Amino acid sequence: MPEKRIRVLIAKPGLDGHDRGAKVIARALRDAGMEVIYTGLRQTPEMIASAAVQEDVDVIGLSILSGAHNTLCPQLMKLLHEKGMQDVTVLVGGIIPEADIPGLKQAGIAEIFLPGTSTQDIIDFIHKRVAQPR
Amino acid sequence: MNQPTDSKAKPPAAAGNSGKASTAVTDWEKRILEPTLAKSPERQKEFTTTSLYPIRRLYTEADLDGWDPASDLSLPGEPPYTRGIHASMYRSRLWTMRQFAGFGTAEDTNQRFRYLLAHGQTGLSTAFDLPTLMGYDSDHPLSEGEVGKCGVAISSLDDMEVLFDQIPLIDVTTSMTINSPAAVVWAMYLAVAEKQGADWKRISGTLQNDILKEYIAQKEYIYPPEPSMRIVIDTFEFGVKQTPKFNVISISGYHIREAGSTAIQELAFTLRDGMEYVEWALRRGLKIDEFAPQLSFFFNAHNDFFEEIAKYRAARRIWYKAMTERYKAQNPRSWALRFHTQTAGCSLTAQQPMNNVVRTAVQALAGVLGGTQSLHTNSLDEAWALPTEFAATIALRTQQILAHETGVTNTVDPLGGSYFVEALTNEVEQAAWDYVRRIDAMGGMVVAIENGYPQREIAEASYRYQMAVDKKEKIIVGVNDYVTAEKPLEILQIDETVAHRQAARLNKLRADRSSAEVERRLNALRRAAEGSENLMPFIYDAVKAYATLGEVCEAMRTVFGAYEEVAIT
Repeated sequence: MPEKRIRVLIAKPGLDGHDRGAKVIARALRDAGMEVIYTGLRQTPEMIASAAVQEDVDVIGLSILSGAHNTLCPQLMKLLHEKGMQDVTVLVGGIIPEADIPGLKQAGIAEIFLPGTSTQDIIDFIHKRVAQPR
Repeated sequence: MNQPTDSKAKPPAAAGNSGKASTAVTDWEKRILEPTLAKSPERQKEFTTTSLYPIRRLYTEADLDGWDPASDLSLPGEPPYTRGIHASMYRSRLWTMRQFAGFGTAEDTNQRFRYLLAHGQTGLSTAFDLPTLMGYDSDHPLSEGEVGKCGVAISSLDDMEVLFDQIPLIDVTTSMTINSPAAVVWAMYLAVAEKQGADWKRISGTLQNDILKEYIAQKEYIYPPEPSMRIVIDTFEFGVKQTPKFNVISISGYHIREAGSTAIQELAFTLRDGMEYVEWALRRGLKIDEFAPQLSFFFNAHNDFFEEIAKYRAARRIWYKAMTERYKAQNPRSWALRFHTQTAGCSLTAQQPMNNVVRTAVQALAGVLGGTQSLHTNSLDEAWALPTEFAATIALRTQQILAHETGVTNTVDPLGGSYFVEALTNEVEQAAWDYVRRIDAMGGMVVAIENGYPQREIAEASYRYQMAVDKKEKIIVGVNDYVTAEKPLEILQIDETVAHRQAARLNKLRADRSSAEVERRLNALRRAAEGSENLMPFIYDAVKAYATLGEVCEAMRTVFGAYEEVAIT
């Protein structure tokens, strides 16, 4: 039986339009055999949580470069919890000061990928994480 | 419309091949090169630029076959401006050192501006936060978490007055990086100038105002392309009459490159954007030589030294040809492409950030050898955050060292006549014209954007580059090689008190101003937007009555609608 493909939602929350990273990751994950849904720009946490439910994804990848992560990430995690989506793996890629990382992890973000991360590291992380029973 | 006549450039030969070699070169290859390669083979099969463009082993006269130094190179200050737009270049006047700055509230940024001016900076450049760039006030729900983070929060004329407090706009030239709401922010700036008693006819500066590259790359757009272009042309028309020394637009390749384009794509899309603005302005009835001298450009300075220099030189030549052949401009001031350069933010590494000082210095040198009119050098900590004062000072000092210590300013266009630089300039120019012709055939840049063409080309290039880095075909020091453990850097943190301070200021503003007057002027703007009048006077009236940025943009949004792109991955 073919293995079920991992479903990933790539989202860009907030007002920032710099989507180079989000697009590169979307394509790299797709090339690695995952089902990727890209939300497009300027998604509110509500829109992202609804899309995650609707698309029944295993993973949400957030691309944030603007410094708004401390506001946006906890909002999204709260909404996911309310919708019974606490099992979804939420990843953040972008410009995140190291001092903010413990707080984001505490809010439930599974991993934070900083500038310079290779796409293969992200692919490997997702494979490992989604294969694990949680 | 005339097609460009340039046919000098040749397609690049395969890597490792030295082009159409002369007898002497063929002889050299046999006698000298072959034995050398037998002993020490080359490190790579293919040598390419940062843009993955192939570079040959050696460039000789044979690579300039058909190239005429009299007409293709000429002399500085003379068409086609390959060697620069000024005859004496930096011997007469150094480039303007213009560091992009903005964070927190208007008060915070005003202090940084005054600090930079006190340390020898010669022009100002304003970074606005994301809510301002998107036309939202600081207290709009969508602004939550973003106020003052990526730039300064400006929601009204009240904020603008604080931003330029004790900075005489008659003496200092100011660049404003704002696009979709550019007309509104510019109106606020002009209102401050008026209050200071600065004559609009004499003030100078640059409004970025380049909406096309927003749809292509940076994605900070509000309205659909058609009404957005109308507003841009309104600012041209207004600027020609009211502010003859102000650059009404900075046609920008910077963001296109940051989005992952190649150097050739940056050049081609930017200049084709320029042609698009010209064509819309001509259709409005403006005369080419009336407005063209107020157009300016803005390019990236990325890592690949010679590719960047070739890009700037080719840009001047393309613009000259477009101006004279396509648009029949008569005024030499319309022909000369003037540009600002910023070193490549996307080249900075979060790892071993001190190395960024070196990257920035080399990139800045490329801008200088390419003949830039003004320059921003990035700070070493910008892969993490907006710069601290410490980091911003080193960035400014980098320019001062280039200007005063390296000697590169002693002569005009020191690289002119280099086989490699001239051949690469020709090739880059030719490849850019190919793109221009493709976009012409599609019906112009607005159509190409609506079809997602430049967006797809850039996404493709950016993915190819990332794969080359992931496979270590391209080495980034400290990232995919030479990696070491390190301590976190001290960075600038903007907290949420900025948002609270802004919200309080806005509450006070709304209580103190005449709401009836604001409403009357916003209604007048809405009516004008429904018709075809120039919107600048209506926008100016509204901001003078302290209508907020969000209110003015919303008034136009109700008429023009909002744009949503089809996402391309």
